[in-house]
Amino acid sequence: MSKITTGLVLGVALLATAGCAKKRDANTIPPAPSETGPVNPGEGDSDTVAAPINEQFRREVSSDTVHFAFDQYDIDPEARAILDSQAQWLNSHPNTRITIEGHCDERGTREYNLALGDRRANAAKNYLASRGISPARITTISYGKERPIALGSDDASWAQNRRAVTIVIS
Amino acid sequence: MKFAHLTIAALLASTAATVAQAQDVPAPAPQQQPPQAQDQPLSVDVTNTAAKDLVIAIPAMPTSENVSTPAGPTDQLGAKLAQVVEDDLRNTGLFKTRGPSASRGIAYSEVTAPNYGSWNGNQAIIQGYVRANGNGSLTVGCYLYDVLLQSELVRQGFVVSPADWRRAAHKCADAVYSKLTGEGPYFDSQVVYVAETGPKNKRRKQLAIMDQDGANHRFLTNGQSIVLTPRMSPKQNAIVYMSYTQRKPAIYVYDMGTRENRLLVSNVSLSFAPRFSPDGRHVLFSMAQAGNTDIYRIASAGGEPQRLTNSPGIDTGGSYSPDGSKIVFESDRSGTQQLYVMNADGSNQHRISFGGGRYATPVWSPRGDLIAFTRTGGGAFRIGVMNPGGGGEKLLTNSWGDEAPSWSPNGRVLMFFRSAQGSGRPDLWSVDLTGTNARRIPTPLDGSDPSWGPIRP
Repeated sequence: MSKITTGLVLGVALLATAGCAKKRDANTIPPAPSETGPVNPGEGDSDTVAAPINEQFRREVSSDTVHFAFDQYDIDPEARAILDSQAQWLNSHPNTRITIEGHCDERGTREYNLALGDRRANAAKNYLASRGISPARITTISYGKERPIALGSDDASWAQNRRAVTIVIS
Repeated sequence: MKFAHLTIAALLASTAATVAQAQDVPAPAPQQQPPQAQDQPLSVDVTNTAAKDLVIAIPAMPTSENVSTPAGPTDQLGAKLAQVVEDDLRNTGLFKTRGPSASRGIAYSEVTAPNYGSWNGNQAIIQGYVRANGNGSLTVGCYLYDVLLQSELVRQGFVVSPADWRRAAHKCADAVYSKLTGEGPYFDSQVVYVAETGPKNKRRKQLAIMDQDGANHRFLTNGQSIVLTPRMSPKQNAIVYMSYTQRKPAIYVYDMGTRENRLLVSNVSLSFAPRFSPDGRHVLFSMAQAGNTDIYRIASAGGEPQRLTNSPGIDTGGSYSPDGSKIVFESDRSGTQQLYVMNADGSNQHRISFGGGRYATPVWSPRGDLIAFTRTGGGAFRIGVMNPGGGGEKLLTNSWGDEAPSWSPNGRVLMFFRSAQGSGRPDLWSVDLTGTNARRIPTPLDGSDPSWGPIRP
């Protein structure tokens, strides 16, 4: 590492010496390839992998997603109706397994949102369990505010991002 | 990775003979009797960054003999060293600096015998030298002079490998800063953070480490998995962080020596929010089980977690006091996120934040006197500080998206990340404890979750 590092450092330093510090911003080190392996941006191993049958699930339930109010995790009547349709599908496809992803909007702090996303995923899981789905078929994962679906910074986008998504994984 | 061996010869003015011998610099010229002025010795009030009364000249550091080194020829290295010193001091917002491009050059023989008369208009001069040693190392001398009183305030020498030349400059700037402000050093330190690229709904996140000024930047993970909230260990030999590797969000420890990652908390659905204890032997973290989140402690080497909180709410963001006796954390047990302090064993939990809005991401100052936090509400995320007892709250920034402060090693500066409304793209920023001198820290990509490490040995 030290040789490479030295080379980069000298490049930066020469720029810094030649002009003002601002120059460093524009000409700073490009994203270096890591030694730990090839990378395809956006194709990481963090995201849930849906089973092929998930497409059928999405067509046949009223929605794969339920939404929540700001900083809330209670299952409201609209969410109940959606989860009821999911429970019905899961009851008729007893060999499937699902992951429920919990998500938050960007108006909470990162660590708190991880916990809040966990609450939302578990609220949906508990509701499905109350409708007869074995908890052993359900895993949960919280993405906090790391994976928004709507990209704006406005109330409508935030409402879409506060969600629990059911994904059939096998 | 090889740890830098920086040998620091902290050479005091009172040992001038030893200095001359060890560093082989020209002996100080016979000092004229300094004028018996009424002036106070040079000092700077760190609570007043608006003043910038103190003008410091930092000429290029001459060399005794031009030698080619892996860091470049020594006659060019001197200007680069002086530039790093100038950047460090200017970035504090406390000084008006005249760096190597704005100062006349000095002769090697001048380093220890300043020509005070030629520096009128400056209150202080930092003169240094660089010399290549026979064994491949570099010696960098660092002297601070009071121009008006014609006196020497700092005399230090640093022996570094050429790859660590910037560290010698940071150490020099630290010595000057500490002498003039009375505060502890902080320039010779590193920051670990999350480097980000890609669209908002599919951000690619990598751990990265750099010097506090953005130099010597390198990536530690390849971005295949989402990584969050890295924290540097007090001994700087490890980083604890959270990763979504294989869709299992959990806490890992990255070993700076072996570059290997080790799962710290296994067999739980979600572990996050790690922070080292001050001695590095333990890690505080949060664990969610069936929708409930509490704070736990685990040995850094791994083992059985010990539960510290047991409330039905979300307890997270634990941070130790510098003596390890107390923990500040956030909890929504009252209904919304607020700050609480408890003893290190989990006893005596009591709330300390009572203002409007929500309080999150508390971090105890390395000096022990303050707790920094993110306060949200009214459409803003702001960085603030309060006393550990809960009083004296002061907000330092006012922005749409400032989050997650981390303290400089001396407890004078906070680094945090600022997200842009809309794009959500974050940058690293720092702000002085006074709420002034907010500056963006240059990073090659976007940056979030900074963790400022301790001063390097």
